Amino acid sequence: MEKTVNQKAWFLVLPVLVLVAFSAVIPLMTVVNYSVQDTFGNNQFFWAGLEWFKEMLRDDRMWDALGRQLLFSAIILLIQIPLGVFIALNMPKKGFWVSFCLVVMSLPLLIPWNVVGTIWQIFGRVDIGLLGYTLAALGIDYNYTSDPFAAWVTIIVMDVWHWTSLVALLAYAGLKSIPDAYYQAAKIDQASRWNVFRYIELPKMMGVLMIAVLLRFMDSFMIYTEPFVVTGGGPGSTTTMLSIDLVKMALGQFDLGPAAAFSIMYFLVILLISWVFYTVMTNLDKREG
Amino acid sequence: MEWMAWTWPTAIFFMVIASLLITFTVLAIRFPETPRIGVLRIETTRGDRLFITLLGSAFINLAWLGLTDMVQWWALGVCAVYAFLVFRYV
Repeated sequence: MEKTVNQKAWFLVLPVLVLVAFSAVIPLMTVVNYSVQDTFGNNQFFWAGLEWFKEMLRDDRMWDALGRQLLFSAIILLIQIPLGVFIALNMPKKGFWVSFCLVVMSLPLLIPWNVVGTIWQIFGRVDIGLLGYTLAALGIDYNYTSDPFAAWVTIIVMDVWHWTSLVALLAYAGLKSIPDAYYQAAKIDQASRWNVFRYIELPKMMGVLMIAVLLRFMDSFMIYTEPFVVTGGGPGSTTTMLSIDLVKMALGQFDLGPAAAFSIMYFLVILLISWVFYTVMTNLDKREG
Repeated sequence: MEWMAWTWPTAIFFMVIASLLITFTVLAIRFPETPRIGVLRIETTRGDRLFITLLGSAFINLAWLGLTDMVQWWALGVCAVYAFLVFRYV
């Protein structure tokens, strides 16, 4: 029987294409247009060529913010991925506690970013915050408004509190999809707990872990609201991440040209690192498979 | 469209990108291919190699701009060599 070729299904994709065009492609094109021009407002633009890119590439401010951002994302991934997997492995698999754990784990994910920032800003205060007050009572010198180390610890712990559940829930979904036959076979072979994890659970979780790594990397690399609310990028500029710096430049100083050049480079770095993660993990998956 | 602040160079840039995407889509439909493994030891199709070329070219241009004071057109020459190497060996 001859196969029917029908291309009409492509029309079903049209709404998504229109949505993506208006929410991503057209704004990105506009940013590219801004990056090669200068403006003083009133929708008047003057050709600047590659000047803004050159200026940004030779500006220590951007490199410092990029360094801080990479460090932040690396720390976040190193903590959240293993911790999320550990929590998922220890979550109950059957009974009443499954629903209870799932609801409790989902709670931090439902809180808006600015509220999370406000919660931790108050929580960490030495005068009225439970965390700050307790640490001060224990004799620990903790003040996130004046000590860069304390500020970093605060925003990292805050992010871990906010987002580890996502990794745990994804890993849990991956674990639940493993058929019992695999565990039975491992039992017959008298495999150790580590071997079960290494040769059954981890390979089977690889797909969802890849999504978790990508989501957490992209989210942490674009983080803005929580550190902005807690530290405002300070003390000094020690917690000024790329997005905070970018907003200061684009909206605070109204330097649209340099901010557009900055945005494009920011976008390219995210694209590169996401592609590397995706490629490495899908290839690992294929080799394991 | 005035709010998008179009210029001829950026319009040409996007037209080149769009025509590359259309050409590679047509090629993928007319001449389907199986992925191959090159020097990076990863499976790539023509589309993947185009993506690697475009992303790499963006970084080559930025590096050229940040590290040298030479004319930017030379960076385009380096990108062409890079594209040849990617399509031949990756």
